[in-house]
Amino acid sequence: MAKMLMINADKCTGCHNCELACSMAHEGVFRPDATRVHVYTWEREGFSVPMMCQHCRDAPCITVCTPHALTRDPDSGWVDLDEAKCIGCKMCVQACPFGNAIWDELTHKVLKCDYCGGDPACAKFCPNHAIEWVDDLVATRTRKRAFSQKFKDAFSE
Amino acid sequence: MYGWIGKVLRVNLSTGKISTEALDPGLAKDYLGARGLGTKIMTDEVDPKVDPLSPENKLIFAPGPLTGSYAPSAGRYTVVTKGALTGAIASANSGGVWGPELKFAGYDILIFEGAAPKPVYLWIKDQTVELRDASHLWGKNVPETSDAIRAETDDDAKIACIGQAGENKVLFACIMNDLHRAAGRSGTGAVMGSKNLKAVAVVGTGAVTCADPKSFELAVMKARDKIQKHPVGGTGLRLYGTDVLTNILNQIGAYPTKNFQDGQFAGADKLGGETLAATLLQRPKGCFSCIISCGRVTKVTNKQYAGEGEGPEYETSWGFGGDCFIDNLDAVTKANYLCNEHGLDTITMAATVACAMELYEKGLITREDTGGIALEWGNAEAMVEVTRLTCVGEGFGKKLALGSYRLADSYGHPELSMTVKKQEIPAYDARGIQGIGLNYATANCGAAHVRGYTISPEVLGTPMKVDKDTIDGKPALVILFQNLTAALDATGACLFTTFGIGADEFAEMLSAITGVAYTAEGFLRCGDRIFNLERQWNLAAGLTTKDDSLPPRLLHEPIKTGPSKGMVSRLPEMLPVYYELRGWDENGVPTSVKLGELGLAA
Repeated sequence: MAKMLMINADKCTGCHNCELACSMAHEGVFRPDATRVHVYTWEREGFSVPMMCQHCRDAPCITVCTPHALTRDPDSGWVDLDEAKCIGCKMCVQACPFGNAIWDELTHKVLKCDYCGGDPACAKFCPNHAIEWVDDLVATRTRKRAFSQKFKDAFSE
Repeated sequence: MYGWIGKVLRVNLSTGKISTEALDPGLAKDYLGARGLGTKIMTDEVDPKVDPLSPENKLIFAPGPLTGSYAPSAGRYTVVTKGALTGAIASANSGGVWGPELKFAGYDILIFEGAAPKPVYLWIKDQTVELRDASHLWGKNVPETSDAIRAETDDDAKIACIGQAGENKVLFACIMNDLHRAAGRSGTGAVMGSKNLKAVAVVGTGAVTCADPKSFELAVMKARDKIQKHPVGGTGLRLYGTDVLTNILNQIGAYPTKNFQDGQFAGADKLGGETLAATLLQRPKGCFSCIISCGRVTKVTNKQYAGEGEGPEYETSWGFGGDCFIDNLDAVTKANYLCNEHGLDTITMAATVACAMELYEKGLITREDTGGIALEWGNAEAMVEVTRLTCVGEGFGKKLALGSYRLADSYGHPELSMTVKKQEIPAYDARGIQGIGLNYATANCGAAHVRGYTISPEVLGTPMKVDKDTIDGKPALVILFQNLTAALDATGACLFTTFGIGADEFAEMLSAITGVAYTAEGFLRCGDRIFNLERQWNLAAGLTTKDDSLPPRLLHEPIKTGPSKGMVSRLPEMLPVYYELRGWDENGVPTSVKLGELGLAA
């Protein structure tokens, strides 16, 4: 069964632990600017949303990647980035509709979520279950159940 | 350096000169950062006798060595300066995301000296640092200032700033960051205002490094687990915020009511965290690297008090609530929003309103003084109105802007001010909880609960249950908590981590991130060193053992009702023992032996 990162934005408290875990896992330092996951916070409303590569089925980044640094793994279905092949043209950065392929000015490379090879650090460090590493079939089950609960409550009155 | 960046940023506001210096690794090892390094620099560079609002005072912003890492709830910075309210050393810390951003920009410490000839703000984008004109921002409050600075710098800039209160040099004005977080106590914002410094905006793209990532991850995960499994750190604070304390303190009869005239309030439950969660709470919020999320994003829809923001915290809900005999949570929350927007310390503001209400009750002030406002106990509308007046510097608000000590003193009754070192006592009655009273009396920044939170053992029973009413063992307990707190403040960690972890866990995390070997004992010695350095500076500033006291009410007037009925603080019995255990003489002066032990000998 394939797995995916499920984002539960309603549970995100804006603590940025995911960014710190991500940059440590990939870069060996704590550097929110060099992470593959980013938390966007609406300061006034106190609302935060974590975002990372969605590993799209029809991925614009793959389509525009001339040197074929971005490819789809046939087994996992993930979008893989081969840094050795990347020429730094930033076409993927421009093509990603979510802004989840990032160009890092300091290291001069593209940063994109690779699911940490199957054990995502962001999910491990999220203290709020706002990011969960789950089977893709199970991913929406919790949400469906929560929503159907509302119907149940309404009709069982 | 690992953990630390290794760089100090210095800004002379008088000359406009901006410079950087290397951080001395020896000092970093001994004083850690934040409250520790800030105090070391402050005490080395500033004459203790300076007028807090003069250019000779300095204003230091400092995150700690754990700040910017994923150590649990360690995203804090401390502001160290001479307190405008107290004349003692001030070290107010704050969460949010501003402190880590300063480190990612490449600085452990930011020092402001002098005073700008006209309003300015500092804009830091990594190595690019510039002072910019802030004339157009003067008069603006925290949200408008933050928006305006972002529009002219960077959408993602993190902003620490003052509101109108700091500009007006209200003696208990605070520095706000990330809209809702405050370096709250002792008048840090008034000092910032006196320097014509409106804000510090930061964008940092750099890194915080770690000496031993594997050991650090292990130590962090162990610490997180302990905090998350703790009923307060892992559950209570997340569900109900700090306001969860309201009912607990009220039940034991140590919930100061009517300016400490009593210790229990019938309306307390209407103000508590459980009520807040069921009514105004939108969602919990966490500071940088926080695993606790005690922050309360709230909204008041009641038209009279409508607003949006964060809070109230327990101390705020108590101050504007029970201490003023008010049980209207909407009004309390509105007063809290006003303070956040204008940059005022809610504890001192609220306790000053309570003091004014007692002056009014006793006929020492009248409607003539208040500008026609009936400052009666329980009058929520009047409480919000005088808070607003203080925020904008109008009418009776100009008197309240002095804090309760100077207010009560100006009417000939300083004894009605519930302060230590002119700073208002927070929400735990020292008559019903003996240890906390000793901490209030001896905390170097003036009365504060967050310098030695003995409420943990005395009330919450963690890490061990201690009888709140006894004085036996309390001096040693207070010293231990004060030293531990000084050290963990210096790391950049949040005090709430101590609901779960202590010196052992901090020593382990610090050793792994910095590469400097710390033991639990060495870590506590750092705290002892910081505390004694603060003490020495306060003594040189002119404070004496007389300032290690409590208001006469807490020493002589027993609590009237509830489980703590009949109790007074037994501070006079505890203080000499405290001095002796601290290694101080009978005048509260650290002995040369003690100073030698801590490496503080002249």
